[in-house]
Formats: sequence, C-alpha cells, structure tokens
Amino acid sequence: MSYRSDHHGKRGGDLIMGKRVGMEVSIAAAEAVKQCNVDVISAYPITPQTHIVEHLSEIVANGEMDAEFFCVESEHSALSVCLGSEATGARSFTCTSSQGLALMSEITYIASALRLPIVMIIANRALSAPISIWNDHSDVMSIRDCGWIQFFAENGQDVYDHVFIAYRLAEKRDVLLPVIINMDGFTLSHVIEPIELIEQEKIDQFLPPYQPLHCLHPDRPVSMGGIALPPIFTETKKAHEVAIWSSMPKILETWKAFGDMTGRYYNPVETYKAEDAETLLVTMGSCGETASVAVDMMREEGRSVGLAKIRLWRPFPFEAFKQATLKAKQLVVIDRAISMGGPGGPVASEVRSALYGEPTHPVVYNFVAGLGGRDVSPEDFIKMVDKAEIEIEEGNREGYEIYGVRE
Amino acid sequence: MTENLNVYAVRMLTQKEYFAPGHRACQGCAEALAIRLVCKALGRNIVIASATGCMEVVSSPIPFTSWRVPWFHVAFENAAAVASGIESGLKVLMRKGRIPNKKIVTIAMAGDGGTADIGLQALSGALERDHDFIYICTDNEAYMNTGIQRSSSTPFGASTTTSPAGKVKMGQITWKKNMPAIAAAHNIPYVATACPSYPIDLVQKVMKAADTKGAAYVHILSVCPTGWRSAPELSIKLGRLAVETGVFPLYEVEKGRYHLSMDFPTLRPIREYFKLQGRFRHLTDDMIQEIEKRIHQEYEELREKAKKGV
Repeated sequence: MSYRSDHHGKRGGDLIMGKRVGMEVSIAAAEAVKQCNVDVISAYPITPQTHIVEHLSEIVANGEMDAEFFCVESEHSALSVCLGSEATGARSFTCTSSQGLALMSEITYIASALRLPIVMIIANRALSAPISIWNDHSDVMSIRDCGWIQFFAENGQDVYDHVFIAYRLAEKRDVLLPVIINMDGFTLSHVIEPIELIEQEKIDQFLPPYQPLHCLHPDRPVSMGGIALPPIFTETKKAHEVAIWSSMPKILETWKAFGDMTGRYYNPVETYKAEDAETLLVTMGSCGETASVAVDMMREEGRSVGLAKIRLWRPFPFEAFKQATLKAKQLVVIDRAISMGGPGGPVASEVRSALYGEPTHPVVYNFVAGLGGRDVSPEDFIKMVDKAEIEIEEGNREGYEIYGVRE
Repeated sequence: MTENLNVYAVRMLTQKEYFAPGHRACQGCAEALAIRLVCKALGRNIVIASATGCMEVVSSPIPFTSWRVPWFHVAFENAAAVASGIESGLKVLMRKGRIPNKKIVTIAMAGDGGTADIGLQALSGALERDHDFIYICTDNEAYMNTGIQRSSSTPFGASTTTSPAGKVKMGQITWKKNMPAIAAAHNIPYVATACPSYPIDLVQKVMKAADTKGAAYVHILSVCPTGWRSAPELSIKLGRLAVETGVFPLYEVEKGRYHLSMDFPTLRPIREYFKLQGRFRHLTDDMIQEIEKRIHQEYEELREKAKKGV
C-alpha cells in the first residue's frame, strides 16, 4: 500500500462524501472516474500521470468499480483502445503526459473528427529535449488544434469537478466531442489538497449512462472513419469547426447545472480583483493561485493590479475574455510554453488575436515562465508586472521575453 | 460453428455478401477476394477494425461504404489496439446489461505494412493481452496503396519502387519477415496461413479462429497484380503456385502445435511462380537457385515441426 492512500486516510469506497477531505489530486481524479462509472480504462505509465492510473487499477482490482481496465504497450495504443471502446458505446478514459501525449497526438485528431466523447486528463509536463519530467504546457500546446474541448484546472477541486463536467458535456448529442482536462504535473497532480467530494446519488443524476447516437454493433451496422476525397474533405472540417463552436453554450449550461448541484460555478475566464485594475495578469492553470497571492501583495501597496485566469482553452472564449480584459490598460500574459520562432507564447498569441479587432484595447506584454518545473513565486509575478509596466511606459507595445533566464 | 466444408464445398458458403461489390479495388485484387471470403465465413455478427491501406481506401469513400457489417477505421498502425477497445467495450456493455448478450466476433484487419512494420507493436500488445479477437493480415508483400514500396514482408529479390532492381542491387535484399512465427511466439491459441486461391481452406480457418477463445492470427497471402506486375486473370493461379512451390505454405499452429494444411512431397520449381511476375523478372538463374534453396530449407523446417507436432 502506498503512502498516498494513508494521506487521505480511507480507501475509495469509504470516502466521506459532501465533506472536504485532504487528498492527493491524482487520487481525487481517479475517484471521479470511478464515480462516473467509466466502462473502459486504458493507459500507459508516464510521470506525472502515473498516480491516477495506479489508483484506478487498485479500485478495479478491489471490485469497487466494474470496468475493463488494461495497461497497453504505448500511449498511441492507449488512446486507440479508447476510440475502439467509445465507438461501441462504452464510456472510456485515459490519461497521459508529455511524450505520451506527443506519441498519441496522431490519434487525438482522429478521436475528435470521429466525434467520440472520450475524456482524457493530461498531467502537463514539458516536452523533451532535454528530457524533463516537470511541469509546463508544451505538451498540450503541441496538440492545440486537435479539435477537443480543452479545460485548464487551477486546483484539485477543479480537476475532480471537471471529470463529471467533461463526461456530461462530451456525451451530449449536440456536442459529441472529446474533452481534455489539463492539470499541472506535480504542482497539482502530486499535491494533497482539500477536496469536497460529491455524493454518488448526485453524480448519478448529473451524469446518466451514455446513450450513443451511433455505435459499432451488428444490429445497426455503420461505417466509421472513411476516406474523404477533395470534394468532401473541407465540408467535414467545417462540420467539426461548427461543432466545437456550438459547444460553447453547452459548456456554459453544463457549468451552470454543475453549479446548481454543488454551489461551485465555473466560468470560461475567471477574474480576481479585475474590475478596476489598470494592469491585469493573465494566467492559465495552477499558477493562477500563485498569481492571486501576488495580486493581493500589490494591492496592499496600492497598485491597480488584477488577474484574469483562462479556464477554457478550446473553444477559446473570445467574448468572455474581451469582457474581462478590455477595460484594462495593459495585460501581462504568462505563457508556460514557447511557440518557437513564432509570436512568443501560444496564450499571448490568442490574446492578441482576441483584442486585435477592438478599436481600443490594452497593450499586451508576454512572459514565458515556469518552463520544465521552474517555480514561479508571487515575487516573480510582481517582478514581471514591474518590468512590463516600465517597458510599456517606454513605448514597447509588443513585449515578449522568457522570464528568469539565468545568464 | 466449424463444419467440414470439404464435403459440401463452395455451395456451403453463404450467398450473402457482407463486403459489397462496387468497391474500387484493382482488377484481379486477391485481397478484396480474401476479405470477401473472411466476411462470408463469419457472417453478420462481427465488428471490423481496419487499418489504413488498400482495403480501407477502396471500400469507404465518404459518403459510400462497401461494408454491410460494422466497420471502423482509425489509423495505420493501431488496428489491433482499436480492436482491443472494441472487444473490451462490447464485453463490458454486455456484462453490465446495456446491450444484449450475444456472440459478436471482433476482427482487426491490416495489410503487411500495417502488420509486420508499423503495426507490429500494437499487434504484439493485443496478442500478449490475449483479447478475444481475430487479427487478419492480408499480405500483398509491399506497400501497394502508396505505390509499391518495399515492406519487411516483401520477399527476397522482388523489385519494388523503393527496392528497385538496379545495376548493383537486385531488388529486395532482405528475407521476408516470418509474421506467423512471431504471432505464434506470443503463445496465442490459434495461428494460420491461408490464401484465397484455396477458398474453403481459408473459410474453415477463419471459422476456427472465430471459435477460438482468445487471440487468433490468420495470415493471408493476397496476390496484387498491380504491385506484382502480373496479369489480373492470373491471381488465383499465382496464389496456388505460391503454395505449391513452397513459397507460402498453408499451415496452422494450434496451441503451439504445427500442422500442415497441405503437404507436397515434391515442390514445384519456384521459376514457375516467378516467371509470371514482373517484380522477379530481373533475377538471374543463380539468384533464383539461391532463393529456391532457402525456400526449400524453410519448408523442410516447417515439415519437421509439423511431424514433431511442436
């Protein structure tokens, strides 16, 4: 028995529902998968995703969950298995990180184009080389355009909650898209956080069994995954693009329904002390919590600083983002990945696109920070805001730099 | 399910076509014939996971399909993994009572490239996990769909677009990978080789594979007139010659025991097989002799195994 279980004290079946318990976030994620009554789980071990799969295998081995669980020979096969099982109508789950995601990237595009509502957790980790097991967002940015709905979790509760949200959303007949839940490797996956667990009866109401529209069964034969010749390929891509944009109101609906059940309401862009702020930090993922500490520290000094946290990465919430940020004078956008030889970080690139069409908009200053597990402390956020404000004051309207490079 | 079809012969086969006519395979494509026979052998209660390749391309141009059974194509290298998912999905849904309990056979289908090269890892994983499924490899001995490039299943000496016969090299310079032996090395309950030139043998083997609990592997030699540079009307004859010359022996490996489906005390000269195919046209007499020597040696080894029953 690993130390992880000792920390949350009780095994899955006996967990106290409806109360906050200290629990490793990966274990909470696994518990959520169990509560979703997932039918097929297929995975391959990669740090820092491993604890989720280890805990799920324990749950299945102890008979606490009736699922087909198997360890395959690669991440490419892990996701391929999920495509096969999901196509039969079985609720399917996998999770990965970094190189594993890179290896399965081919299949991510196919899963979404075939409209198979798989849910995957990515414990975000840097892409090699040099090899690093630690956290940044370069892994998921490599499949940015794969056509999945993509969330970024800020804390353990987010991760746990979004497993239910993801399945309910993905399986809606008018959505039918796979969903990625990004959680920062180690900084979320391996920390113990207070998690409020939800009673199973509530989950069963929130998430009824999956009713597939089409599935692989001899009684109603279908062909899935045919070849598209030039006269029809564009149309299939357009249909996919329409589907992912049409999911936006469904995402909001699902969050609303979840909020009504738990009292925890989520938004595409969360703000913190942003109403009147001249400078807004923009973050994605777990560093939002650290940034909010930095905002408090700067507010105490009387500075007009706030925070906008992007929770929904795809479809990108352009309207919500503009609403949250247009009043600010400047945005300090923190990226956890680099678009090599491109416009800086992928988040800043999106932010600039979102603002470009507006007659007046804040100036964007972009920092890439926290690569490969480098800590970003509240002091670092303050330094970045200091630097950006000076640069913008001096007329730099396209600022981009990698923060904290040791020279 | 398994009956001795030799008694009734071809008339025992269902008249129903599950792989519908109108697909876009080349004239004389023995792979399309093999797939048609596989479907006839299994009937409608199947689900097919297909790899990328000729059979996928010719059968599924959106919005058309040649498949009257459930058919799923994901990518090139993962047919075995996708089939693992299908098998597991159906199993768990039946166990949980969400779909009616009945026997549905899961099939993975791929060509020699999708099996012996890029798909070998996923195949090995699925065989090791012993999913209850049949893996069908339709082997036409090169990447025909992309324009006749060599694979690890291309025979020694064959000229392809990436192993061309030139002034200093004489086509493929490596020996054909022994996929059935690799499959058998996973200790799965059933492995067989087949060829649509022997339709009843093929159908029986596929039926046996369906009756097998656990993973089964059937390797089907599929003559490709386009890639082999042979006349389309000779496909059946070429399949027979491949078997009768010892190039592609028909056998089964049941629970590790080898059994020759057809034994030839004297094999036909390999030249008879080679002379009908443009891909071997450049071979000199010496080379043909060398190849024949090795083919005979391998055939003898197989016979020995069958004799010992190991």
